[in-house]
Amino acid sequence: MATTLAKAADGAEAATHAARIEHVSKSFAGPAGQQLVLDDITLDVAPGEFVTLLGASGCGKSTLLNLVAGLDRPTAGTITTDGRPALMFQEHALFPWLTAGKNIELALRLRGVPKNERRGRAEELLELVRLKGAYGKRVHELSGGMRQRVALARALAQESSLLLMDEPFAALDAITRDVLHDELTRIWRETRLSVLFVTHNVREAVRLAQRVVLLSSRPGRIARQWTVGIPHPRRIEDTAVAELSVEITEELRGEIRRHGQH
Amino acid sequence: MASTETTAKDRDGGDLAGLEAGLDALETVQTGRRPLRQTLREKVLPPVVAVALVLAVWQALVSFGIVDDPTKLPSPGAVWDVLREAWLQGELLGYIWTSVSRGLLGFFFALLIGTPLGLLVARVKVIRAAIGPILSGLQSLPSVAWVPPAVIWLGLNNSMMYAVILLGAVPSIANGLVSGVSQVPPLFLRAGRTLGATGLKGTWHIVLPAALPGYVAGLKQGWAFSWRSLMAAEIIASFPDLGIGLGQLLENGRNASDMAMVFEAILLILTVGIAIDLLVFSPLERWVLRSRGLLVRS
Repeated sequence: MATTLAKAADGAEAATHAARIEHVSKSFAGPAGQQLVLDDITLDVAPGEFVTLLGASGCGKSTLLNLVAGLDRPTAGTITTDGRPALMFQEHALFPWLTAGKNIELALRLRGVPKNERRGRAEELLELVRLKGAYGKRVHELSGGMRQRVALARALAQESSLLLMDEPFAALDAITRDVLHDELTRIWRETRLSVLFVTHNVREAVRLAQRVVLLSSRPGRIARQWTVGIPHPRRIEDTAVAELSVEITEELRGEIRRHGQH
Repeated sequence: MASTETTAKDRDGGDLAGLEAGLDALETVQTGRRPLRQTLREKVLPPVVAVALVLAVWQALVSFGIVDDPTKLPSPGAVWDVLREAWLQGELLGYIWTSVSRGLLGFFFALLIGTPLGLLVARVKVIRAAIGPILSGLQSLPSVAWVPPAVIWLGLNNSMMYAVILLGAVPSIANGLVSGVSQVPPLFLRAGRTLGATGLKGTWHIVLPAALPGYVAGLKQGWAFSWRSLMAAEIIASFPDLGIGLGQLLENGRNASDMAMVFEAILLILTVGIAIDLLVFSPLERWVLRSRGLLVRS
């Protein structure tokens, strides 16, 4: 485990950034002509950095993530990443015809890992997300939290230096979500991945990130950024987390209020 | 990893692992197998009772002289005797095998043609627009309609039988795959793409397995259509040199005005159709659905 993960980390350290988003705009054809969704976004994610993208509905944060993932092309601007980023969705997106272990092995296989190494790697990754016995389990036999952890293991199997997460815990109950926050923080620190995490939950953003980027809505622009210096391990109920959350929430509400004024 | 991080992790780690194990245990659904006795009572007993009831009504109709004409309605005993005689003369298995081997071989060819055809229609837009509607329209055409042209084109031989089976089963199999593919959740395709499954790799690793439930439903229907087409072909185009299958048996019974033989043939056709479905296609379908958690135990 240590060697392979270190390899990914080395790759990330060699590059100057895990993702570089330069003057990116995106518009879609809407009923009222072209609709601008993202307007001139410039954002770098440093190797090993944990950044959360925060915004209200319609700020284009998921669109931006899709662009970085290469699932869609920007209308203007460039995005450079070090290889193909891994992506985690709000839904676990595990394939129900495969067991938990085989889902991970498929990611390894598509990356070209030789057959005789896949099983071992898959079990290591399951152990990393603390699901040691789940190799042969079908997706429907796992709880929501377990599914997201398998999805995380599958994303990690891509050994990409950048992990994109699109509200991956939004559908979980509060207790499970809290546990998975701790889990993600632990794994992020062990693997030294770069993470770009999209959420509309301010506390979640503050609890996880080194940097919080607030997007305004319609079109999405970078409104403000905060560096979060609160030491780990953090708790959702920590005073420092709460204080910063209040400040960011005020700003977010201001952004939302502007839309009601015209 | 810095030492401060390690100690922080250790301080937090054991606690977190325990918490997580607890959550997992609480949220995991326990499933067990249904006991055998319950299976017998809920799944086996009802159809057995239903069949027994039909037999009782049938026997009553004959015994009480409600239908008093053996050329219209033979008694269950008479049909049983015909069956027993065919079995003792070693002919029964021959009839069944003639038809079943034709049916299965024809179905196998239909599978070989229908699968790539379905995939092509599902994945290539132009082809879908061109022949998709025709393919689903063909399903509503009774396959017996293909018997006359097939006889004219191919003559009275086994290839005619296979042609009729193919024309009946290929649209079902292809259509099953097409609807299976169009019901693949877009999320799977996106997830596949981020994992690097694009093009043929995407088709093989994501689209085909995701479409399997629809495909299996198509196979099931394809078999029913194969069997029906074959019986139609055997009844209409009966020819002694082809060997006597169940369809010919029925036709022979009609020609001989032997109602017991007609009933024998109908019972055998029904039994074989149901048996193949119960032994092959239903288990396949159940397995596919159960392994994906799509089958709710009733």
